[in-house]
Amino acid sequence: MSFQPVKFYQTGTFTVGNRLLGPEERSVQANMQRTNSLNSGHRACQGCGEALGARYAIDAAMNATNRQLIAANATGCLEVFSTPYPETSWQIPWIHSLFGNAAAVATGLAAAMKVKGRNDVRVIAQGGDGGTADIGFGCLSGMFERNDDVLYICYDNEAYMNTGVQRSSTTPPAARTATTMAVGPEPGNVFGQGKYLPAIAMAHGIPYVATATVADLRDLEYKVTKAMSMHGARYLHIFVPCPLGWGTESCDTIRIARLAKETGVFPVFEAEHGEVTGVLKIRKQLPVAEYLKPQKRFAHLFGATPAEETIARIQAMADRNIRKYGLLEPGP
Amino acid sequence: MLKQCEGSHAVAEAVALCRPEVICAYPISPQTHIVEGLGEMVKAGTLTRCEFVNVESEFAAMSVAIGASAAGARSYTATASQGLLFMVEAVYNAAGLGLPIVMTVANRAIGAPINIWNDHSDSMSQRDCGWIQLFAETNQEAADLHIQAFRLGEELSLPVMVCMDGFILTHAYERVDIPTQAQVDAYLPPFVPRQSLDPSDPISIGAMVGPEAFTEVRYLAHAKQMQALELIPRDAAEFKKIFGRDSGGLVKPYRHEDAETIVVALGSVLGTIKDTVDEMRDDGHKIGVLGITAFRPFPLAAVREVLQNAKRVVVLEKSLAVGIGGIVSTNVRMALSGLHLHGYSVIAGLGGRAITKASLHKLFRSAEKDALEHLTFLDLDHGIVDRVLAREKEQRRSGPIAENILRDIGVVAAKIG
Repeated sequence: MSFQPVKFYQTGTFTVGNRLLGPEERSVQANMQRTNSLNSGHRACQGCGEALGARYAIDAAMNATNRQLIAANATGCLEVFSTPYPETSWQIPWIHSLFGNAAAVATGLAAAMKVKGRNDVRVIAQGGDGGTADIGFGCLSGMFERNDDVLYICYDNEAYMNTGVQRSSTTPPAARTATTMAVGPEPGNVFGQGKYLPAIAMAHGIPYVATATVADLRDLEYKVTKAMSMHGARYLHIFVPCPLGWGTESCDTIRIARLAKETGVFPVFEAEHGEVTGVLKIRKQLPVAEYLKPQKRFAHLFGATPAEETIARIQAMADRNIRKYGLLEPGP
Repeated sequence: MLKQCEGSHAVAEAVALCRPEVICAYPISPQTHIVEGLGEMVKAGTLTRCEFVNVESEFAAMSVAIGASAAGARSYTATASQGLLFMVEAVYNAAGLGLPIVMTVANRAIGAPINIWNDHSDSMSQRDCGWIQLFAETNQEAADLHIQAFRLGEELSLPVMVCMDGFILTHAYERVDIPTQAQVDAYLPPFVPRQSLDPSDPISIGAMVGPEAFTEVRYLAHAKQMQALELIPRDAAEFKKIFGRDSGGLVKPYRHEDAETIVVALGSVLGTIKDTVDEMRDDGHKIGVLGITAFRPFPLAAVREVLQNAKRVVVLEKSLAVGIGGIVSTNVRMALSGLHLHGYSVIAGLGGRAITKASLHKLFRSAEKDALEHLTFLDLDHGIVDRVLAREKEQRRSGPIAENILRDIGVVAAKIG
């Protein structure tokens, strides 16, 4: 059953304008004084979800910390497109060390700030899904387990985009990548593999874990702001469509992210100390085919004879998310 | 203050006197006692203004040190063997970023076969990573080199590896003069980083550099090491002024003036070599020693100056470049370019095999007669080797080499002599 709460005027729409909101409810991005932490002129693809997510998240973090922020970045698209020598798009102190060590570098930054008595300076680590869920997983888990004072942000575009769209452990089943080719009897990525990092982060019992998408700016900013109001290890997993890797239109990045949430493919929630404390409800449930169809990485499911069975399996996964996180139940 | 203590303990005390701000610890023998010692000082409150971070791997240890150093904190860690290999990517990164981290490497063999005992394979595997590498001969020197390492590294913005022989030094109890805080403070100025991450002056560190500038960046890394060739003797001289003893420097020649044969080595084995040479000198042999303290940068000129008048050079090294032979000897040979000398590489002490005076007497006497193979494996058991080769010739599925050898030898105490 789909869920459609009653909303007042435009404030209940997807595209509510700032003029309808009180100043305290307006987004950081809408503020002329925003920091443009990831400034214009970088070399991301048109419609890049990761660039958008990073800009939203870091500007919100800068706003929440009175601009006292340092970031460590894993190797990946975000690093490459933002800092081609001798240029940088970062308006914040920023370090890139390696692919798999952003969380540990951030631990070092936080330790240095602590020992120097700079309690006002806060630390963020960020990376893509490969740098987070795969090669950087050990360092990430170590940082969580020690409860180091770091917010780690994963921009999940579900594959290794920087190296040419290879499968990662967050690539969804059936998706075509350069290493899960759309050929053979079961084209695309296999079912029954992969890891869901937000749940793993929660299992560490850290103070705060949240997911967000670039489709909901205010929710994303709220979660970053909340994370920066807390201390200890925190994890934010942002769903960021990739036009290049997913085969979507550059103008559709936000639409695709919204469809991921509205179909239940990507549950949007927050958790404290391992317990879910809030979910972003699905407003009008849509079948997963609506989300899959606009993406060329799933095109093999919609040929002359649609892969009904495969689509049904993906639908079942979305339904499980909806049940597990209560994405359809009316809110309080 | 004179103290009878374990080498690891002496190093921990020396590092603590350097006022480190972030220490990352991951256990691996034979380094572990050093970080345990430091951890205890932090926990007990005797080492203040210092964060002690228990990390989940050596890769994380070096990465945490990178973050801390990039934020302007004096950073230290220690490792050995497999641990050093596990952090290699970050080791290169620290050097490339120009972060003056100091790391102890408690030298230990690299597997397989797994072996916890001493040789120099670990440090030697990283000789080209961009770090300065200093080798300690004694526990006193190991302690002293750490104090010099922070000063040298921070002046140059380069990381420094202090290499000390695992177990032979780390676990040996001997007399060490632990400096006072006032002495160390007089020698080691506070860390003023060339670059640091600070919200009041935001910079980006770690940008992607293409062909247009990569060569220049690498050239500057080399040029800095060349500067270290000047600074290392200066720092050792300054050290002597304040602490009153010789420690560090580029090379340590011993009884070499009229020597026809000079033995070159690094680390604690220099003690045994000097004892052997003393005995041979008593018997009228013209033999001397050259200890190399700074392996990176490699002091080509200083090595050449000591060796150029000898007739032959025996490089005794605890490492093996499989497929060619010696590592130290290859470097020494570069220093001797154009000179006509007999040169011998002797691979010795691998995986903790003791290097005895008896073996050295035989070896050096053989060298004096130029009766040595150019590549010699000290005390190699040819019987064992021949048996393995015969077995492999006889049967295709001959099985794992190390395990077969152990079965051949049978249950015996570890072979040390």
